[in-house]
Amino acid sequence: MPADEIQLAHEGVWHTVCRYDDLLPGRGVAVLLHGEQVALFRDRRGGLYAVQNYDPFSDAHVISRGITGSRGDVPVVFSPMYKQAFDLRTGACLDEESAPDDTSVRLLVWPVRPAPSASR
Amino acid sequence: MHTPTAPRRDLVLVGHGMVGQRFLEAFHERPRPGWRVTVLAEEPRPAYDRVHLTSWFSGTTEDELSLCATEFIAEHGIELRLGEPAAAIDRERRTLTTAAGRTLRYDALVLATGSYPFVPPVPGHDLGGCHVYRTLDDLAAIKAGAARARTGAVVGGGLLGLEAAGALRASGLHTHVVEFAPRLMALQVDEAGGLLLRRKIEELGVTVHTGAGTEAISAGPDGRVRSMLLSDGTELDVDLVVFSAGVRPRDQLARACGLPVGARGGIVVDASCRTADPHIWAIGECAQAADGRVYGLVAPGYAMAETAARQLIAEEGEFKGADTSTKLKLLGVDVASFGDAHGTTEGALDVVYADSRAGVYKKLVVGADGRLLGGVLVGDTDDYATLRPLLTGAPLAVPPERLLLPDRAGAGPAPLPDEAIVCSCHNVSKAAVRRAVADGNTSVPEVKRCTKAGTGCGSCEKLLGTLVADELADRGVAAPRGLCEHFTHTRAELYEIIRVKGITGFSRLIDEHGSGEGCQICKPAVASILAGLANGHILDGEQAALQDTNDHFLANIQRGGSYSVVPRIPGGEITPDGLITIGEIARDFGLYTKITGGQRIDMFGARVDDLPRIWRRLVDAGFESGHAYGKALRTVKSCVGETWCRYGVQDSVGLAVELELRYRGLRSPHKIKAAVSGCARECAEARSKDFGVIATAEGWNLYVGGNGGMTPRHAALIAADLDRATLIRTIDRFLMFYIRTADRLERTAPWVARLDGGLDHLRDVIMNDSLGICDELDELMCRHTAAYEDEWAATLADPGRLRRFVSFVNAPGVPDPAVRFTPERGQIRPVRVAGPRREVRA
Ligand code: SRM
Ligand SMILES: Cc1cc2nc3c(=O)[nH]c(=O)nc-3n(C[C@H](O)[C@H](O)[C@H](O)COP(=O)(O)OP(=O)(O)OC[C@H]3O[C@@H](n4cnc5c(N)ncnc54)[C@H](O)[C@@H]3O)c2cc1C
Ligand code: SF4
Ligand code: FES
Repeated sequence: MPADEIQLAHEGVWHTVCRYDDLLPGRGVAVLLHGEQVALFRDRRGGLYAVQNYDPFSDAHVISRGITGSRGDVPVVFSPMYKQAFDLRTGACLDEESAPDDTSVRLLVWPVRPAPSASR
Repeated sequence: MHTPTAPRRDLVLVGHGMVGQRFLEAFHERPRPGWRVTVLAEEPRPAYDRVHLTSWFSGTTEDELSLCATEFIAEHGIELRLGEPAAAIDRERRTLTTAAGRTLRYDALVLATGSYPFVPPVPGHDLGGCHVYRTLDDLAAIKAGAARARTGAVVGGGLLGLEAAGALRASGLHTHVVEFAPRLMALQVDEAGGLLLRRKIEELGVTVHTGAGTEAISAGPDGRVRSMLLSDGTELDVDLVVFSAGVRPRDQLARACGLPVGARGGIVVDASCRTADPHIWAIGECAQAADGRVYGLVAPGYAMAETAARQLIAEEGEFKGADTSTKLKLLGVDVASFGDAHGTTEGALDVVYADSRAGVYKKLVVGADGRLLGGVLVGDTDDYATLRPLLTGAPLAVPPERLLLPDRAGAGPAPLPDEAIVCSCHNVSKAAVRRAVADGNTSVPEVKRCTKAGTGCGSCEKLLGTLVADELADRGVAAPRGLCEHFTHTRAELYEIIRVKGITGFSRLIDEHGSGEGCQICKPAVASILAGLANGHILDGEQAALQDTNDHFLANIQRGGSYSVVPRIPGGEITPDGLITIGEIARDFGLYTKITGGQRIDMFGARVDDLPRIWRRLVDAGFESGHAYGKALRTVKSCVGETWCRYGVQDSVGLAVELELRYRGLRSPHKIKAAVSGCARECAEARSKDFGVIATAEGWNLYVGGNGGMTPRHAALIAADLDRATLIRTIDRFLMFYIRTADRLERTAPWVARLDGGLDHLRDVIMNDSLGICDELDELMCRHTAAYEDEWAATLADPGRLRRFVSFVNAPGVPDPAVRFTPERGQIRPVRVAGPRREVRA
């Protein structure tokens, strides 16, 4: 089944957020989903990931502008501000345990899937 | 002992030489709020590297020799009085009087007055044209004298004498060396080694007289040196004499206040480096150490400095004696000696390897019990670094002859025991190096920083490299030299792979030569290499995914996620209309404006969605990308130069503009900054740049390898009085050679310093084509200039590339609501908006 669109789940409902080829392999985009900012990535082999766009270390919504890659076997994104690595699958920060204000630094994750175009 | 609440105490250091400076560093390793430190220095400049003094003749500058940054003095609140020597000590009152008549109180007094050159009292020793060899001022006097002299003589054929002879020879003088002892470097090498050394030095055109003393020096009609009579009857026609007949400790201050000195001079100290007076310490060449010796080398002096500092701080630490090994290149001949080089230990045996055709002589001295005691190497000192640490007192693991044979095929370097001293300058053992690696220092620079090994004379650096690599291999750490966990190659190696194989994409590179998916280290590094070689647009195809966020959006990300915009203003020259355009754009988009340190204008606070519209207007007005976001050429600063400045001798603005336009967009291992000054007053600060040009009446002087930033460094002169074409060609090659061989994020200064052979080698490569690569370098620069296009103009012309400049892919036109500003001083500033804080779903 050719994938044309990308869908994110919000409270159990799938929402189409962009076309599959809006995504550059290895790069991300930001999505506005019910008032929340989500960073959406496509890796080199077509895998999709969605984590929160807010970077707890810089207080800016910039995770989607980070470089992706791997740390060992873990697919990661590096914050473009201070370069911490986050596990794209779980949102866990691999470099630091807590943010400067002591809150946890696990990014929220969203279910994401490719889908054929609804208009076909 | 003093407590933290004790009143302030006064520490006075007399002498700001190598050892004095080392003492200050050791003392200030931690803040010492209870102490006020005053330093009295006789010389007019702060401490400098006397060991490498001779390199001043071959272009190393005073700045480069300096051992003491002004920041160091300021940061620790030290009062440094240059040109104000101490004159007398009053031990009873615990005060000291300076030559300027000032009186200082002390709680602790440290004497580090060094030595003075001994001048034999032969008739005529004080004539004009007679010199000594100890300070930068001495060298300046010799250089001035050499300019009008034809023949020089050095009295003394020891280590320093041969260095001085080398300097005279290099200044174009016919040179004699007169040595009283029957051989050269009698202290360090044995007879056979001395003979070989003599032969090699004579081959270089220096005339050697051994077993001859200096009887008298006579003046010519001008009252200056004219000839010299030797004890063997020889009369030499010379017009310049350098005395290098040994040094004597400067112990006068101590003698005059009744402190005990040794029979042959030197302030007597105990193992804690304290003199007979508990308030007074003496360190370095002015002291006679607890073992009764007066050391004339820097390493024992450093050890004494550290001992005295630890004693002052914590009353611990001892100095009992030190190794006097030396390795040097004298007039281009390698010589090394270590340990008991003369075999004076009872029962010592020699193992000798000599090849007179190749000019190599090596001798090891081995004890009756099989221990290595010392050795002499002449002509080939490659083994010095591995042999000297074997002086550990344990029997050798392999037969000594195996250590000497030229090709120890398959034998590998002899394994070193843990207690072996790898770096004798800083007394660092192999165990300490291993510990540093275990603590996570996985590269030679890191290990150097943490142990100080290799930061003295540098002769142990090669061995250090091997040890670090071995240690990492033992720990199963993947090749440490590699860029990151995905590549075992260095940036320079990847550059060659990409160039030779014609690779144009990251996927192919990582699949064929790396592993995993890459990271924020290797991706931008590879992007920069690809950009440098292929010259495509950096946002094309796969390259786009590699760029750091700044390159990805062709702007610098700032607090809160907004961007700054820096148009190129070549040479800092801008028309009133240009200024107005920038002003209007900033006003219309509500941007904060600031004049940068790089002579241009930065506009801050742009949302990612605004960038294309801002740039549309800039490009229409004729502006181009300033590459403030890239590891690329930043700016070529200029001063107004000849056109307006009454002192200027060349058109510095014109050249700066030409250079900035030539190198704009050039991607490199780190950013590149440059400047052009119109005369020696240097208003453009060219010598603090990666390359700097200073106008002369005849042409342009080119300096390379400078920077400000975290580790400021002045650029060094690589060529003088160049015409414009040669200047530009030389800069072209300098940049391309740097791009090709430097490490990731390595600026030109550390890169030049790391090059084998340093600046001289660099000059050889880019000016004399010693590697035969200049054609290739020229061709690469030619491709760069031909293919340059403005990144922003090209981006605006391509809808595909423009698509990324939105805050939200599913809501183009909606700006990021979290980017907010508030007014300050008539402009905007970012507001920090705390983000969503929620319980994390498991
Ligand atoms: C804007 C500016 C400060 C200013 O308001 O004047 C500036 C701003 C930044 N500098 Fe700088 N530097 C600026 C002139 C300098 C200078 C002065 C100069 O160029 O004459 C220096 C010292 C000279 C030098 O580099 O040798 C300087 C030494 C640094 C360094 C330290 C580099 C080093 O080798 O130690 C960094 C960090 C780095 O590059 O890794 C840095 C990094 C930065 C960054 C890019 C930090 C970052 O990653 O966000 C700042 C971003 C500002 C932006 O987005 O525009 N900036 N920076 C100046 C821009 C000049 C320009 O027109 O392009
Ligand atoms: C050309 C040359 C090459 C050398 N090569 C080597 C080498 O390869 N390896 C090696 O180990 N060593 C070498 N040395 C020796 C090394 O430089 C010295 O061992 C080292 O400098 C000693 O340091 P110091 O601080 O004790 O003395 P110095 O560096 O001489 O410093 C003493 C300072 O005290 C100042 N001073 C003296 N009296 C007073 C006073 N009353 N008041 C204030 N200040 C005073 C002096 O002006 C001087 O600046 C070399 C020396 C020279 C000259
Ligand atoms: S000095 Fe620091 S704060 Fe100031 S512009 Fe440079 S990097 Fe930014
Ligand atoms: S031996 Fe001199 S720096 Fe290590």
